[in-house]
Parts: sequence; C-alpha cells; structure tokens
Amino acid sequence: MPEFTLWDILRNLLLAARWTVALSLIAFVGGTVVGLLLLLLRLSGRRALASLVGAYVQLFQGTPLLMQLFLLYFGLAMVGVNTSAWLAACVALTLYASAYLTEIWRGCVAAIPRGQWEASASLALSFGQQFRHIILPQALRIAVAPTVGFLVQVVKGTALASVIGFVELTKAGGMIANVTYEPMLTYACVAALYFALCFPISLYARVLERKLA
Amino acid sequence: MPLQLDFASVLDQWPLLLRGAAWTIGLTAVATLLGGVIGVLCAWARSGGPRPLRWIAGAYVELIRNTPFIVQLFFIFFGLPELGIRLSPAVASILAMTVNLGAYATEILRAGIEATPRGQIEAAESLALTRAQIFTRVVLPPALRKVWPALVSQIVIVMLGSAVCGQISTEELSYATNLIQSRNFRAFEAYIVGTLSYLALAILVRNLLHWAGPRFLFGR
Repeated sequence: MPEFTLWDILRNLLLAARWTVALSLIAFVGGTVVGLLLLLLRLSGRRALASLVGAYVQLFQGTPLLMQLFLLYFGLAMVGVNTSAWLAACVALTLYASAYLTEIWRGCVAAIPRGQWEASASLALSFGQQFRHIILPQALRIAVAPTVGFLVQVVKGTALASVIGFVELTKAGGMIANVTYEPMLTYACVAALYFALCFPISLYARVLERKLA
Repeated sequence: MPLQLDFASVLDQWPLLLRGAAWTIGLTAVATLLGGVIGVLCAWARSGGPRPLRWIAGAYVELIRNTPFIVQLFFIFFGLPELGIRLSPAVASILAMTVNLGAYATEILRAGIEATPRGQIEAAESLALTRAQIFTRVVLPPALRKVWPALVSQIVIVMLGSAVCGQISTEELSYATNLIQSRNFRAFEAYIVGTLSYLALAILVRNLLHWAGPRFLFGR
C-alpha cells in the first residue's frame, strides 16, 4: 500500500483549490452583473418590477443554497440543456450571489439622501444619468466594504458544489480522505486552505469598513 | 417533448416531508439553544474576559466564520472518529450547527454588549452588584434586544445551512427530498417542493422568533 505524505495531500488539495477560486470568481463577477441589472429594475420606479425583484431576493435568501444547486442541476436537464455539475454550479452560485448583492446595494442606494435624486432630476438628467453620475459614485463608497465581505460567503458557498459532484476543494478533500484513510488530517488541510482564502478577504473588508467610519 | 411536471407523486409522500421538516426544526432548536449559550459565554470572554480567553474566543470565531459549514461537518463526522470520537449523524449535525452558530452569535452579541453605555455599568457597580449580576441583569438584556434581528437572521441561515446535514444521512428535510426523488424519479418536482418547504420554514421560524424574543427573553 502506498504511503501518502502531508505534501501529497496538500499538493492535490492546492490543485483542486484552483477550481474553488475559479468558481468563486465566476459567481462573483456574474452575480455583480446580474445584481446590478436587478438593482436598476428595482430602482426604475415601476412597482411591479420592484416587487418582482423583492420576491427573487426573498426566494434566494429564504432557501438553502444546496437546494438551489439541486434544482438547477435537475431543472436545466429537464428543459433540455446538457447539464454538467460545472454549469449548474456556475449558474446557481451566480443567481445566489446576485440576490444577495442586489439586496446589499439597495441598502447602499437607500442610504443616499432623497434630495440627491431630486436635485439631479431638477437638472433634467435622465434616470440613467442620475444613477450613473450622482447616485452611483456616492453609493459605491459605502458599498465596497459589505460587497468584499460577501465575497467570503461566495467562496464558502462554492463548497456546496461538491455535493452535485463538481471536483473543487471540498470534493477533492473527500476523495483524498477515502484514499489515504486520514480524514482528520485531510479535512483539517481543507479547512486551512479555505481559511487561507477567506481570512485575508475578511480582514480587508474590516479595514475598508474602518476607513469609512 | 414538452415539459411535464407531476407534483402529485411527490406530494403523495407528505409524511416523509413532514418528518424531514420536523427534524430540521428540531436540529435548529437544539443548535439555537446550545449555540446561544456558547455565544453568550464567548461574547462575555471577548468583551470583558481575561486576555488568554479573549484570544481563544477570537480565534474560534475567525476559524469558524472563514471556513464552510460543510467542511466543519465533515471534519466532525469523518475526522473525529480517528480520535475515537464516533458520533451518530444526528449528534454530529447538532454539534456542527452549534459550533457554527456559536461563532456567529458571539460576534453579533459582542456588538450589542459593547454598545452598553459606560454609565450604566458604573451605576450598577455603585449599587454593589457583583460582576456576574451586572452582566446578566444590566448588560445582557438590552444587548439582546439591540441585536435580536441580526441573531434571528443568523438562526435562519443556520437552519437553511442544515440542508447539508442530509449528506451524512441525517434524516432532515433535504434528505427526505432526496429519498422521494430516488423513489419516484421526479427529481425536479421533488426539489421544488423541498425548496418551497424550506422557504415556508424560514418564514415561520423568523416570525416565531421575532414574536418570542421580546416576550420571553428580554422584555419589551
């Protein structure tokens, strides 16, 4: 029976961690784009649209990410898309991130005094212009810290993609634990790698928060 | 082929769903009680305890908050037996949820405790209350009231996170959902019903806790 060193375990986990990073980045960037669109729909002043986005946020914040992953995994297959765990994970995490991000940013926009909207409207700026030139720069300043903080949630969320069979850090950990018969050491290494990814982001979010206060 | 959905064959299995939901609620209730106690103790340690305790509580909070719940659960369920600690799926789930909620509750409660005006503590000291009395009677109730909404959100998040516990065969709601779809091959419908059940549970638990908190924990 082959012997496995700590380095064997760590090296393979590090290789798998690339997928965790890739999935996190895709979900975060995708979530930013979709979240921004949803934010615009919500701010557009049509009540039906706003409550639709509200329901979307409720749905994603009130149900487990794991179930969302399963739903998309099986749902995409039902409508005829050739699903892979990778595609389902990307789509599910993107939607999940968009719901949270749009809610975070709504709070940031709501923190901008109403007078700023009214003043820019009185200068005959269109809705898009008001948002882009007056509201966005101010809201962005307060949005950065919680947005960076949410990135930690996304990285941790990618761990659930392991359940539908996508081989990232957690799944690789399970496979290595089965081969080496050292589940404790392996999962400790997995946890350490997640910590190495998430803790710097948490610290950075805290620094940003402090700078603003 | 047009999309055909068959919810009846899922809803037929309602006893399974109900049992799963009961498990989810039960796990959450126990984890909330135990995690709440850990949160109060660690929040006290972090805001007023001796230096080594403060450091340990801080390390615990950071370690848990920066790793995924599923990894914590697998570490407890698959890793601890190496030390001779063999836990049933249900106990491992409760332990993982408790440890997880405890860390978040610590951070949330600490914020409330540190917002106590200095003068209130001085007033209590001048009334010759002991340190324990000051903490439980003067500091804690208003702190709880201040952070209750955040705490309730976190409890709901932990409940939704407990869907992962089905992966170690704890028989909660996601496990029941999975069981149903493996019996009738109606995966999509089963997961829709399961997901909506979670949504209903989340709304129920949130409203229940918002109602119960002021009545039983910290007065109005």
